[in-house]
Amino acid sequence: MSPKRVDKIATGVIYAMAVIIVMILVALLAYILINGLPHVSWSFIVSPSRVFEAGGGIAAQLFNSFYLLVLSMIISIPLSILAGIFLSEYAPKNKLTDFVRTAIEILSSLPSVVVGLFGFLVFVIQFKIGFSIISGALSLTLFNLPLLTRNVEESLQSIHFTQREAGYALGLSRWETVTRVIIPEALPSLITGIILGAGRVFGEAAALIYTAGQSSPALNFSNWNPLYINSPLNPFRPAETLAVHIWKINGEGIIPDLNAVSTASSAILILAVLIFNLIARSWGRRLYKRLTGAN
Amino acid sequence: MNDPIRESMLKKSKAAKRETFGKTISFLAIAVIVAVVAAIFYFVASKGISTFTQNGVNFWDFLTGSTWNPGSKGADGKPLVGALPMILGSFFVTILAAIIATPFAIAAAIFMTEVAGKKGTKILQPVIELLVGIPSVVYGFIGLSVVVPFVRSIFGGTGFGILAGTFVLFVMILPTVTSMTVDSLRSVPRHYREASYALAATRWQTIYKVILRSAMPGILTAIVFGMARAFGEALAVQMVIGNAFTVPNSLTTPASTLTSVLTMGMGNSVMGTLSNNALWSLALILLMMSLIFNLVIRWIGNKGGNTK
Repeated sequence: MSPKRVDKIATGVIYAMAVIIVMILVALLAYILINGLPHVSWSFIVSPSRVFEAGGGIAAQLFNSFYLLVLSMIISIPLSILAGIFLSEYAPKNKLTDFVRTAIEILSSLPSVVVGLFGFLVFVIQFKIGFSIISGALSLTLFNLPLLTRNVEESLQSIHFTQREAGYALGLSRWETVTRVIIPEALPSLITGIILGAGRVFGEAAALIYTAGQSSPALNFSNWNPLYINSPLNPFRPAETLAVHIWKINGEGIIPDLNAVSTASSAILILAVLIFNLIARSWGRRLYKRLTGAN
Repeated sequence: MNDPIRESMLKKSKAAKRETFGKTISFLAIAVIVAVVAAIFYFVASKGISTFTQNGVNFWDFLTGSTWNPGSKGADGKPLVGALPMILGSFFVTILAAIIATPFAIAAAIFMTEVAGKKGTKILQPVIELLVGIPSVVYGFIGLSVVVPFVRSIFGGTGFGILAGTFVLFVMILPTVTSMTVDSLRSVPRHYREASYALAATRWQTIYKVILRSAMPGILTAIVFGMARAFGEALAVQMVIGNAFTVPNSLTTPASTLTSVLTMGMGNSVMGTLSNNALWSLALILLMMSLIFNLVIRWIGNKGGNTK
């Protein structure tokens, strides 16, 4: 066979494989959205889930997912920004810094189930907090922290060194340069990273089944005092999230409308992640224009 | 004597104080992260080795035993904690998923960087990003409701098993491997391509003989990364693998992986008992494997750097 012929065949094969990948995604999305969206209704979103009969909703699970997301973000954003600042601006180039970077890399590559088991062992059992939102939020933080930290470090590193020199020339200290000059300029990519991390956290389940628990006590959405056990805001109650709910009802297989609830919940989960992605893109671009005056 | 100038020279300025403060808290944040990593290793390891130290299980028996029934004892009076079925299950799904995903990932990466150029990137980049974004339980659910019945209709049996797990993991690791492969193809210098075309090589000859070879360390890293992800994936695999504690002898009979046993079993066993300790030993194996994948990636990185 002539090389030209081989080239044509290879090109054809590559095109075909690319098409297959696109088709896999289209099929996945179509399956979930076509089967799931008809079951998504306002009453599905706001009614509580049922264990034995059909017609249950996902009110508590959806709320728990967002509440856990917000709590874990409140812990992980400041921690990761500070850690990223240290790695990017202060860390000396030596063996110890290399070791720290390796530790962060290892943490980011740990299977999420291992992170969840660690959370179970430490927060749930040693600290005796039990299956609770706070245990879940801390575990999600561990899961998210290394990736966020790396994102912060990379965002700060991508700022040109002349910006730092300009800050020093104005008599600012290193800390002031970072907080007043570098972070504002890096803000778009910081925010993109944070929102993408939020999408990851929102769909995470393996780190939660043994920390936030697999049960959801009845919630009273008119009682917002966090001290009551049936209050949605109580951080010490067990909280099944949407992702865990999908896993659990499929494992048990008890509820009669299993397929409808699962596809509808999956559709909501996918739409949420999609929205996170879209926001991350458009905000990043808009903020960058706003803050730098670039067109 | 009270000299205000002298005083202001000797005292730390406000900016210097803020600097110390900032440096300290950012150092503390990084110290917390490192402490967490150390704590994860300490806690999981100390729990995981208690099977061998407290319950007196032989480490080698644990790795090679093929019966997993921690609640009861075998004919020789030793507890039945053989982790071989799960270890093999984990390796099978991981390796098979990598074998299927690699050609697709390389093809997609070539499509994006060499063949279809900017247009290809515009189409495939969002596809890859969306595939990464789909949560693993959704993959598991689709596996359960589409892949398992599909396998059942072709090969018979229950449909649960290593083959179904492989399909699900293939789609899950595909985006990771692809985007890392794209990065490594992009880092091949432009003049390599031009030199090859100047020798009258066709595009495929250039790709196959020049670009792929020079990007090989990066591609290998991408594959190992994907394997690490597949090895640690828990829920999606657990939903389709069938959860049977037998040494896998077919791709379409129920099996189990380290992660699936952990997700199923941890809630049903009491802390401190042998059945619980044995689960923590599996978690320790998982932790060690993740470490080994990390080392392999580093090793490939160093090798690749030396040959250039």
